Amino acid sequence: MTTIEVTDVVKRFESFEALKGVSVTLAEKRIGVVGSNGSGKSTFARLLNGLVLPTRGSVVVDGLDTAKAGKAIRRRVGFVFQNPDNQIVFPVVEEDVAFGLKGLKLPRDERESLVDTVLSRYGLEHLRQQPAHTLSGGQKQLLAIAGALITNPACVVFDEPTTLLDLRNARMIARTIREMEQTVIVVTHDLALLNEFDRVLVFDEGRILVDDAPSAALARYVERMQ
Amino acid sequence: MKHTVVRTKDIVLIALFAALMAALALFPPITIPALGVPITAQSMGVMLSGAILGAKRGGLSILLFLLLVAIGLPLLSGGRGGLGVFFGPTAGFMFGWVLGAVLIGYLHERAWATIEPFKSFLYCFLGGIVVVYAIGIPWASVNTGVSLVKVAVGSLAFIPGDMLKAGLTALAVVAIRKAFPAMHQPAA
Amino acid sequence: MSPTPSSESHAPARTRPGRSPLHRMPAGIKLLVLAAAGTGLAFTTSLWVLGGALALTGAGYAIARQPVRRLFGVIRPMIWLLVPIFLVQGFMESWILAVAIVTRIITLVALAQLVTLTTPSDTMIAVITRALTPFRVFGVHPGKVALAISLALRFLPVIGGLAQEVRDAQRARGLGHNPLALALPLLIRTLRMAGDVTDAIEARSGGDDDEDAAPARTPVPVTPRAGSAAASSPAPAPRSS
Repeated sequence: MTTIEVTDVVKRFESFEALKGVSVTLAEKRIGVVGSNGSGKSTFARLLNGLVLPTRGSVVVDGLDTAKAGKAIRRRVGFVFQNPDNQIVFPVVEEDVAFGLKGLKLPRDERESLVDTVLSRYGLEHLRQQPAHTLSGGQKQLLAIAGALITNPACVVFDEPTTLLDLRNARMIARTIREMEQTVIVVTHDLALLNEFDRVLVFDEGRILVDDAPSAALARYVERMQ
Repeated sequence: MKHTVVRTKDIVLIALFAALMAALALFPPITIPALGVPITAQSMGVMLSGAILGAKRGGLSILLFLLLVAIGLPLLSGGRGGLGVFFGPTAGFMFGWVLGAVLIGYLHERAWATIEPFKSFLYCFLGGIVVVYAIGIPWASVNTGVSLVKVAVGSLAFIPGDMLKAGLTALAVVAIRKAFPAMHQPAA
Repeated sequence: MSPTPSSESHAPARTRPGRSPLHRMPAGIKLLVLAAAGTGLAFTTSLWVLGGALALTGAGYAIARQPVRRLFGVIRPMIWLLVPIFLVQGFMESWILAVAIVTRIITLVALAQLVTLTTPSDTMIAVITRALTPFRVFGVHPGKVALAISLALRFLPVIGGLAQEVRDAQRARGLGHNPLALALPLLIRTLRMAGDVTDAIEARSGGDDDEDAAPARTPVPVTPRAGSAAASSPAPAPRSS
């Protein structure tokens, strides 16, 4: 179980303040993050694995400060982006999945078996040698998830993982996320995805507006949006 | 020389602009009837890479593009590719692309804060036309045994099309500067 | 849902697989032979030497079992150049020289293409990255070169698709013939994509090999430049949120 402590974080991009003082401790297994466009939720997600560093305040993951232990943090916290096309960086499926293992200097057969395991877990083993660009949208998102999970992170952050998918693939990815063993933190506009989650944060104008159980939090969110 | 470190972002930009060079081959060539020479979009990619990525990244992206052509991918306009194209009469123009992109990049980096269309056009003209032809014409002359002057005269027909591309690049560059003012931040 | 397994659209499409001795010959040796031929033939106009080289190249196509039309496929786009070269040389110098020069160009182009036809792209990439190893002292990092090549191969179809999309969208708006209306959106989307891809690589790889404890994006110290004080942000603006 991962614990992430966000303390008094302000994040400024040039003249724009994306986060205006956020403090929260995340220790639940399934956490949802919602909010309108520009509310700061994507910046918040990127804070959690050190892709974005706070202008002020700190983010500490299991005792490690994201500003100091970048590499260790990113091995502990995986990240799945909205558009899998920008996350798949190698031309062939098996090469791409193995990318996360590059720096670890594993022996060849151990690497191969990790690739096998993660591909078959997400039903991609028959696509192993395929060029990535021939996959469907849903398969690409599964490949992105497989690529993020190959290093076995304790926690995975998803940034709008179903936004670009059709209904069927969105449901398939939602089920995949619900069945994961890892701690998951999901930023989304897809409120149905958060149904059985433990906790939902609602962001508004760079601050956490609501922090509650899903049903209560989502009710407040919908009410506020009207 | 620890300041020559290539950041991940630089590698990504180099690779994406090499792919962009290839994508430009997909745009059909325009033929101006009076000249009878097809104008292809691809060499505009040289000017764009240099102007937008700067000397080092721009030159490397063109070099990477040529490497992909050399390993056999049919990425040159007209679907040409393979080592063969580097031994033909027009290969010098492609080698010229690399140096041309470097010069265009160098000039744009220096003037990025105050770049305006005419300046950018001038830089693209110097790098994308003067440098490219200065390498391409002698190569063609040696490769074919035809005298320098005759090759140069034969190449004149391509100049108007290249001027047009330099003009378009200049307009694009000024627009890009507004959208991405920090493009030429030096690497740490 | 099921992908179309099209080996044709996959990047290394140009190489024709086979098991001929030429296919099995190490790529490094093929490249050395090509370099030697390129240098050697440049200094001769002897029809005997050039004709012999062309015959040997033809024999190479036969050994590699490559049909002659593949050879013509490379030469055809050059015809509009070769014909005037032949005529200019013939009328101004001599017809023998004209034959020699055109034979030399065809031979070298054909030989180079034979190397491409018999060497898979990944083998070629491996040779290139290995050949770059000695250049480490000049700051060339073979791993980074390999990453750049892989990324370019991966994003060829992605940016090609993007170009197609932009073309269709502008055609729908009646701007299909405005080159700037095509180039600008393509450039802007490519630059945005570069930011996202960089984030993804850093999220997945834990940053550069060389740095260990450093954060992913060390804030870039802004070097002051004339008139560009405001134009400086190392970090991209946050995406849609």
